[in-house]
Amino acid sequence: MPCVSPDGTPTGSGMRVLAALKGGKVSPEGVAATSGLALYRVRSGIRDLVAAGYAAEQGGQYELTQKGISVL
Amino acid sequence: MEEQMVQVVSMPRLGEKAPDFEAPTTHGVLKLSDFKGSWVIMFSHPADFTPVCTTEFMAFAQIQPELKKRGAELLGLSVDSVTSHIAWVRNIEEKTGVKITFPVIADLNKEVSTKFGMVHPGQSKTETVRCVFVIDPNQVIRLILYYPLTTGRNMDEILRVVDALQTSDANKVATPANWRPGDMVIVPPPQTQETAEERLKQGYECVDWYFCKRKL
Repeated sequence: MPCVSPDGTPTGSGMRVLAALKGGKVSPEGVAATSGLALYRVRSGIRDLVAAGYAAEQGGQYELTQKGISVL
Repeated sequence: MEEQMVQVVSMPRLGEKAPDFEAPTTHGVLKLSDFKGSWVIMFSHPADFTPVCTTEFMAFAQIQPELKKRGAELLGLSVDSVTSHIAWVRNIEEKTGVKITFPVIADLNKEVSTKFGMVHPGQSKTETVRCVFVIDPNQVIRLILYYPLTTGRNMDEILRVVDALQTSDANKVATPANWRPGDMVIVPPPQTQETAEERLKQGYECVDWYFCKRKL
């Protein structure tokens, strides 16, 4: 997974995505603009982060969960 | 009477939506739909650690900045494992200094290559031929190139066709043979007798009413 390591912790890219979510609900396009990551990487990485419990999705926008906040 | 089994392989065609997929890559699991909003140059190569493919990977990496300027992402594919891809791109960097930063699909079960008609048994029953699919931001297939195993692709042509497609889309024009950015473009031929009569008075450079060019 590009944003979550096999041990379940966020990778460097994962941390960049999580940092981009600090400001509240953000679209993948917003995360790409803030993080400098390509949009396709944000979309795939954010799926991993949601699956691992670091972020949550609502209506196409993403935000940090408590678990996500705890690793920043 | 002897029965003969014929395997019919579906091949996507120009103007059709590119079939979506989810596949393991060197950048993790990606879906084609993750690239929505960008142009995608999706290409296959026969096998990792082979000489022609290595020259092509280096060449794709070299045009990647130009593709990025055009809003296009690269996506490679072959019937090899992620581990093999990782080892190969690391080897390319170690031996040549060229860093491969685009994702490469590990299509070991040939799921993606079958969807895109990338295996041509007349060339090889196990390897993908050298395909290039140019997919637009709406995920529609706009251009397909096939090269045989023996012939490396021409990166200038890949950049040229992206420029041509984007120019056609932006200006509602066509591009002539060997067109390059800055060259004159072709005005779509008139579709009625009235517009055909008007065409020659519109200030275009015309060979005849159906064949007019203009500058952009």
